[in-house]
Amino acid sequence: MQIGRTGRAESTRVHPSFPEKTRIRMTADSDHTPLDLSKISVILATDCGSTTTKAIMIERTPEGFRQTYRGEAPTTVEEPFADVTVGVVNSVSEIAELSGRRLVADDGTIIRRSSPDDPDGCDIYISTSSAGGGLQMMVAGVVKQMTAESAKRAALGAGAIVMDTIAANDKRRPHEQIQRIRELRPDMVLVSGGTDGGNTTQVVQLAELIAPAKPRPRFGGEFRLPIIYAGNKDARPAVEAVFDGPGFDLSVVENLRPTMEQENLGPARDRIHDVFLEHVMAHAPGYDKLMTWTDAPIMPTPGAVGDILQTIARRQGINAVGVDIGGATTDVFSVFEEKFNRTVSANLGMSYSISNVCAEAGMDRILQWVHLDMDERELRNRVKNKMIRPTTIPQTLEALVFEQAVAREALRLAYQQHKEFATTLKGVQQQRTVGDVFSQQTSGQSLVDNMTLDLLVASGGVLSHAPRMAQTALLLIDAFEPEGFTSLAKDSIFMMPHLGVLAGVHEQASLEVFERDCLIVLGTCVAAKGEGKIGKPCFKYSISGDLSEQGTMAVGELRRFDLGPGATARVEIQPERGFDCGAGPGKAISREVRGGTVGLVLDARGRPLMLPEETSERRACLSRWIEAMDLYPA
Amino acid sequence: MAKAYTPGLKVTPRIAFRSRRLLPIAGKVLVAKGDRVTGDQIVAETFMEGDVTPFNVASKLACTPAEVPTLLSKKEGERVEQDEVIGQSKGIFGFFKSECRAPVAGTLETVSATTGQVLIRGEPIPVRVKAYIDGVVGEVIENEGCVVEADSALVQGIFGIGGETAGPLAMACKDPAEELHEDLITAEHKGRIVVGGARVTVAALRRAKEVGAAAVVSGGIDDSDLKELLGYDLGVAITGSEQIGLTVVITEGFGDIAMATRTFELLAGKRGSNASVNGATQIRAGVMRPEIVVPLADGDGVVASKASEGVLEIGSLVRIIRDPHFGVIGEVAALPAEPAVLGSGSKSRVLEVKLADGEQVTVPRANVELIEG
Repeated sequence: MQIGRTGRAESTRVHPSFPEKTRIRMTADSDHTPLDLSKISVILATDCGSTTTKAIMIERTPEGFRQTYRGEAPTTVEEPFADVTVGVVNSVSEIAELSGRRLVADDGTIIRRSSPDDPDGCDIYISTSSAGGGLQMMVAGVVKQMTAESAKRAALGAGAIVMDTIAANDKRRPHEQIQRIRELRPDMVLVSGGTDGGNTTQVVQLAELIAPAKPRPRFGGEFRLPIIYAGNKDARPAVEAVFDGPGFDLSVVENLRPTMEQENLGPARDRIHDVFLEHVMAHAPGYDKLMTWTDAPIMPTPGAVGDILQTIARRQGINAVGVDIGGATTDVFSVFEEKFNRTVSANLGMSYSISNVCAEAGMDRILQWVHLDMDERELRNRVKNKMIRPTTIPQTLEALVFEQAVAREALRLAYQQHKEFATTLKGVQQQRTVGDVFSQQTSGQSLVDNMTLDLLVASGGVLSHAPRMAQTALLLIDAFEPEGFTSLAKDSIFMMPHLGVLAGVHEQASLEVFERDCLIVLGTCVAAKGEGKIGKPCFKYSISGDLSEQGTMAVGELRRFDLGPGATARVEIQPERGFDCGAGPGKAISREVRGGTVGLVLDARGRPLMLPEETSERRACLSRWIEAMDLYPA
Repeated sequence: MAKAYTPGLKVTPRIAFRSRRLLPIAGKVLVAKGDRVTGDQIVAETFMEGDVTPFNVASKLACTPAEVPTLLSKKEGERVEQDEVIGQSKGIFGFFKSECRAPVAGTLETVSATTGQVLIRGEPIPVRVKAYIDGVVGEVIENEGCVVEADSALVQGIFGIGGETAGPLAMACKDPAEELHEDLITAEHKGRIVVGGARVTVAALRRAKEVGAAAVVSGGIDDSDLKELLGYDLGVAITGSEQIGLTVVITEGFGDIAMATRTFELLAGKRGSNASVNGATQIRAGVMRPEIVVPLADGDGVVASKASEGVLEIGSLVRIIRDPHFGVIGEVAALPAEPAVLGSGSKSRVLEVKLADGEQVTVPRANVELIEG
């Protein structure tokens, strides 16, 4: 049963604009009668990652929907299997063994329950995928900072890796751009440019560059390269003429930047999803079969993660950042004031890309996080050995300390790239008052504001599998430098992709599982923004409720209090002059905070976070923080 | 239940080696099934369309895009030479005409009356594929290339730089634990595949380049030396196109690591034989390892080693691939079922490895690889 998906255009970005998730019409039979969601009790979901296929089962219990079982198996898109469903069946079989519920039929397909009493099968099966490198796209726009950037945002929001962005003003000569297009093998190309009713020449010129370059798709000679045109509607006839040929499959959607002041990413993003299913997934080994098994369209994994984060932020009315640090890439998702952004730092990661992290950050910066004496020449070898043997794990404490230092820099760099990308629209003409002129506000301001960040969610091996929760918490705090009051959490078993695709089918179930089973709440960080002399007072605190403490934090100090999961406390902060904990510099603030596995962390190290330059002083500092957080075994 | 996958590198005295030699686009295959070929023989060739050079004639001639087709003296499909005048404006009363010259030689591919842009397709670029190894054409893939086959000794390395090359094997070190330093590289190594022992120094690599060696194979290299050789810090592990005049294959990893005895002895036994080497390495999404391939002579009765199925079991030979004990080879002594707590604090499935000196160490299963072959 393959269900078509009817997208609805996203409202323009200047208004609150969560992409309204169209309810996926699901049918239990060929009569296309929608399923009754109240009858759904057993949900099976898989995520086909690059290396591992992870399956989870979600069941309706007296307390609501809960994740009950999980299984995993190596992903099988590569030889010798070359069929993704083999890995899916293997991972689902693990759940079947653990749960005692038969899930795989003799013909190898997923069993559906025939009645509420049926002990075998599930009610719905859904999946996400990033296997085979995921969705890889090229985008093109007329102006790099405007339409090209909007196109990139549409592609990233759809869960794609953007291989390159071609723009008329990207400083490359036309033949260099053409050569670059020829070298790449994108799954599809998104072309944008020109506001509606405006100039058509430049976007047609762009199309005229792409067509003769004849970009070759990944999946073989007979595959027609999908081109999505989302530019000036007046240029449509000319663009259609350019791509009128046997090698292309052109689709035309609404302009993703109809005016300079508006973005309209929804139609392009929906079309990317559709093309992803029709062309990319359909050609990937075994996906044609998998698509017939699922009860909703298969989503690219990062697209699903973005969706669940948006859903949570919308339902709770908060600003949130999510990060997924993998072996090769780091995805950062953010929702600030209901505006969603996603970036993929394609060469920042902890195994395949670890060497790149060291090259970009510099070994000096990484070693500033290390309190032990380490030989740089030796460390460089270790980094390269991890790169060429990505599946190894740190055995010694020293190896762990170094790896977590690298992770801090990878996360920091990825967040920096995200902040630069997640901005207000550039190129917007602004009405200015005299006051505006003095404040020097321009378009293109970062939307990311650490002071208003409410929730920071971590996933990815180095974060999720850190031996101690406190290590995950401090990795997040050091890399992201949250300010004011911020909840910290981690995705326990990388369930967010499953919940993201589930949110489109059964939002209530996805939210319940997210709250109860997906997130491990680490606790709350209260951090002061500002700089001061080490040892001088930073802020006074008074804590009541499930925790009773009071005292003064000195600049440079870090302190952790036990405040367990489910516990709450009221924290009153009186910052010193020049320090801001959320109410303004020097202004008192009081908030209710949640506990977690790490508890409550008070961070008076200042923002931006600065480490002493002198080595022995810095190591002494780090050792104090390690002790305060009980970070490593003695 | 899915099988656990344990990666391994092949080091074998005999394997039916097959190399797919394919053109990037359709072309002509120059050999037939059954043909004997040598490594440097061209087996397929094609011509890639030349690079496209666009330029805007409308702006050059100060005319409207719609006028461009009428002002060009050349039509779509016609050949143009570099600097040839291909268009002229009307001028003012026939005077002050401006000219437009072709920036490159090639074929006028398209003329756009919408944008005034003209695309010139440059000269076709020849693309040729060699056989890579001495062998027999086992299969012809129409319009694309062929598969060359040869029973060969095969050594897969862990990391390499540089592309395909070939030459006779020459041993520069007497012992797999011996460092390959520059004094061991001589003028006699010109055109050779030079085999070292443990770490190879950057000075030795420079010397190898100077004498014109085809490739260097050794156990280890320091990353700092690699950076010095390349001139930059290597980021993502996708190599093979470095133009440094030398192919380098590292068999064990980064640091001072002895070449595995089995690997060293296999290569030493083939000294003087022609070998084909490829340093291309791709770790991500489709693992590609560097390799040394030595086709066996006809009638060479060397027996293939027992093939491993890629599963850890008692008695398997493994190499420890992470510190501590990095590069050390041992035998699997035990496979405890229960995860153990490591020094890092993590819990992980482990195995017990018996080393050559009898010592038994505990290592995470993720930190060993099988020696296959």
